[in-house]
Amino acid sequence: MSAAPVLSGDLEEDLDLEEDEDLEVFSKNPSLAVGSSVSSSVVQGSLVHSPGALVRSSGSMVNQYGLEEEEEEEEARGGVPTRDLFVTVDHPESHVTAIETFIVYRVLARTTRGDFDSSEYEVHRRYQDFLWLRGKLEEGHPTLIIHPLPEKFVMKGLVERFSEDFIETRRRALQTFLSKTAEHPMLSRSPQLKVFLTEQDLTAIKKQGPSFLSRMGDSVRAAAIAVRGVRARPQEFGAMQDYADEFSCKMSALDKVTQRIIKEQNEYLEELSQYGPLYSQWAELEADLSEPLRGVAGCLDLCGRETEEQLRHLTEVLQPTLHQYLLCADTLKTVLRRRDHIQAEFEAKNDALASSAVSKKGDLETLKEEAAGLEERVESANSALKGDWARWGDAMRYDLREALVSTADKNQDYYEKCLAVWETFLLSQKTPPGQEED
Amino acid sequence: MRTGQLTAHTHTHTHTHTSQETRTMADSDSEEAAVLDNTDLTSPESENNMINTMVERETALLKKIDINVAESEKRSGKNTVNMQETYTVYLIEIRPANAAEGGLPVGDSPWRRYSEFELLRTYLLVTYPFVVIPPLPEKRAEFVWHKLSADNLDPDFVERRRLGLENFLIRVASHSVLSKDKIFYQFLTEEKGWREAVLETGFQDKADSRLKSLSATLRVKNPDKSFTDLKQYSDELNSAISHLLRVRAKVADRMYGVYKVHGNYGRIFSEWSAIEKEMGDGLQSAGHHMDTHSASVDDILEEEEHYADQLKEYLFYTDALRSVCRKHELIQYELEMAVLDLASKKQQREELTTGAVRVFSLKGMSSKLFGQESPEQRESRLAALQQSIQASEDAVLDKNQECREFMRMSWEEVKRFKEQKDRELREALISYAIMQISMCKKGIQVWSNAKECFNKM
Repeated sequence: MSAAPVLSGDLEEDLDLEEDEDLEVFSKNPSLAVGSSVSSSVVQGSLVHSPGALVRSSGSMVNQYGLEEEEEEEEARGGVPTRDLFVTVDHPESHVTAIETFIVYRVLARTTRGDFDSSEYEVHRRYQDFLWLRGKLEEGHPTLIIHPLPEKFVMKGLVERFSEDFIETRRRALQTFLSKTAEHPMLSRSPQLKVFLTEQDLTAIKKQGPSFLSRMGDSVRAAAIAVRGVRARPQEFGAMQDYADEFSCKMSALDKVTQRIIKEQNEYLEELSQYGPLYSQWAELEADLSEPLRGVAGCLDLCGRETEEQLRHLTEVLQPTLHQYLLCADTLKTVLRRRDHIQAEFEAKNDALASSAVSKKGDLETLKEEAAGLEERVESANSALKGDWARWGDAMRYDLREALVSTADKNQDYYEKCLAVWETFLLSQKTPPGQEED
Repeated sequence: MRTGQLTAHTHTHTHTHTSQETRTMADSDSEEAAVLDNTDLTSPESENNMINTMVERETALLKKIDINVAESEKRSGKNTVNMQETYTVYLIEIRPANAAEGGLPVGDSPWRRYSEFELLRTYLLVTYPFVVIPPLPEKRAEFVWHKLSADNLDPDFVERRRLGLENFLIRVASHSVLSKDKIFYQFLTEEKGWREAVLETGFQDKADSRLKSLSATLRVKNPDKSFTDLKQYSDELNSAISHLLRVRAKVADRMYGVYKVHGNYGRIFSEWSAIEKEMGDGLQSAGHHMDTHSASVDDILEEEEHYADQLKEYLFYTDALRSVCRKHELIQYELEMAVLDLASKKQQREELTTGAVRVFSLKGMSSKLFGQESPEQRESRLAALQQSIQASEDAVLDKNQECREFMRMSWEEVKRFKEQKDRELREALISYAIMQISMCKKGIQVWSNAKECFNKM
């Protein structure tokens, strides 16, 4: 059981809901490949050393990287210029055992790093494996801003919770999580990440408990249960706190608005799909009027298809990005809280030092040592956070800008296509079929 | 203000005013004829009509005057059951055609309320049953999408009704037959006394009773196929357009929702820009464009209402078509009844002369019961019957005549109407396409602007 809090804001931390997370409820097909959306071909066995051979997810624009593009984008986002680790998450498949059914994803890694034995790896992971990884990363780097995972459940009462769309959305979010982790200057060096990407069987490693590879597990837990608040929070972190709160608000609002637009657009599409055919039906009653009526029916049909396209873009690009940054906002707050706790621990230790309850000299020495250690911890936590905050800010601006630009572009494209449809119709009406009375 | 842009189709043949007055041709062999089987105009005739429609596009009336429903006003008053009510009246302004701006109005410039228009239309329906009488704008707002008010006193509704009433008057004035009607002219020009004048025509007595119409529909034996087809067409057209209008309203509703929710982006972007440094300006200006986008839907949908009104007019036209079909059925039915009556009387005569009783008659029964009648009694009965037969034969002739005249005139009318419908609805579809194009252009503009702003983030 992971000690790290679940990031989606769910309340069931202590329950072991591992078997629920990636349950596939609706189908028992042994292979449910959502591979129709994967555009490039699947490479079996070992991968070939050439750019483009890496199987790419056909996910959101933000995730479609070529080798060179990735490096450029990396720089733009303030990451390490030379990227030496590339990961993809694809091929969700239903995995059936006697006890449960869940989805397994294929995780591919390519690297030029020396600390990896090989240059390519292929493993299979389920959602709870990702949870484990993130928990470990948090333990190891409590004040780094780690990208969130997609939520366990979608609390919207959607009937098709485990539908293809849900799985695909989740897959893309997992991909983003891994990519961002792999490009993070510190997180990419995490031993757990390496294990995650390379070990075929993760279960043995996971069973080794929270103390494995963890330097600060105990103290993080201790910090988590510290009741006392921080006394002298530096001003810059206060400003960050304010920002995190506001940002969280705005992301939540944007997320809701976008969801609402998607809902309304869906309903519009439904009505539109009934509207066009009525013109065709009317045309059957008419003689001369039949041709323009059919023309209008055709236009409405084409516009309907364009609307579908536009809607798809909203659902696959803008919505998930906004949602992820909503989750990020929670991460920001969590990370700031942890920093506060670390500082609070140090302050507590100092208070203990200053109090006259210390009797033996040996105890005093121990306390001083501990205090010094804690002070160091505060320093490193603060600097890690500050550095990562700036880095995160750049990435956020980049991602959101890209998503919004892409959406505006798609919307413009939508209207341009519809315009062409109606103009074609108009043109056809200006040159009548020749048997008019005139 | 949208003035009527309709063109009128006229025929240069002289028309009589009402079908009641048609007695032009005697029909020699129509004793037993119950129905005409060919209502189509002959080819040269139809060609002639087409040429006529192209040449003359205005009636004599419209050459003289311009018709405007210029204003609307709310009034209060006591109604027929002495209760206070609020209603709207419309100003009818008649000016000389081709006059310079500010030509003196012709007539009283009466204020009329909707019910008076209804009265006028009913009068026209009864008086010219072979004409496809133009419809009035709807009595109550139907096919509304949620933002549009269904309230009759709502200013937008009143405005659209004003345009619809003007359109109605111009259509009547464009009709070769209707435009010559005196009551119509009085409606346009006389404030007082119009109501009395129209009631004085006694048109209400001439109105076919509902019962008559209904029984005719049920029991016509040989309706003309063209009219049956026409009736079916009007029913189907009515259904098609209603359905279309209903769904259109739903589509409009949904579209409204999508656009309006985008307004929230404006607000949130603005708030968000306050906490960002680099992204602030881009977000702020993008927000303005989102507001623009959200607001643009109001104009778009208002324009579409005009399109919906055009469709509605033709929806209501189907009622006028059905009226013409019903009148045909009624006349046909009366003809068939007259023929049956004649046949029955002839039968009676035959029995009287031959003495064979095949048809039940009271006289026959009483003869059986109370004894045979005397030869004198029989003679007088025969004479009376002969007179009755003569009257019946005349009735059949007249009815046949009426039937044929009606079918000829109404079929011309229907033809004219169909050409008008095809032409005008095609124009309406074209204007709909133009509206869509305008909407798309606005969309392109707004999102291209927004994209620029986002790029600056």
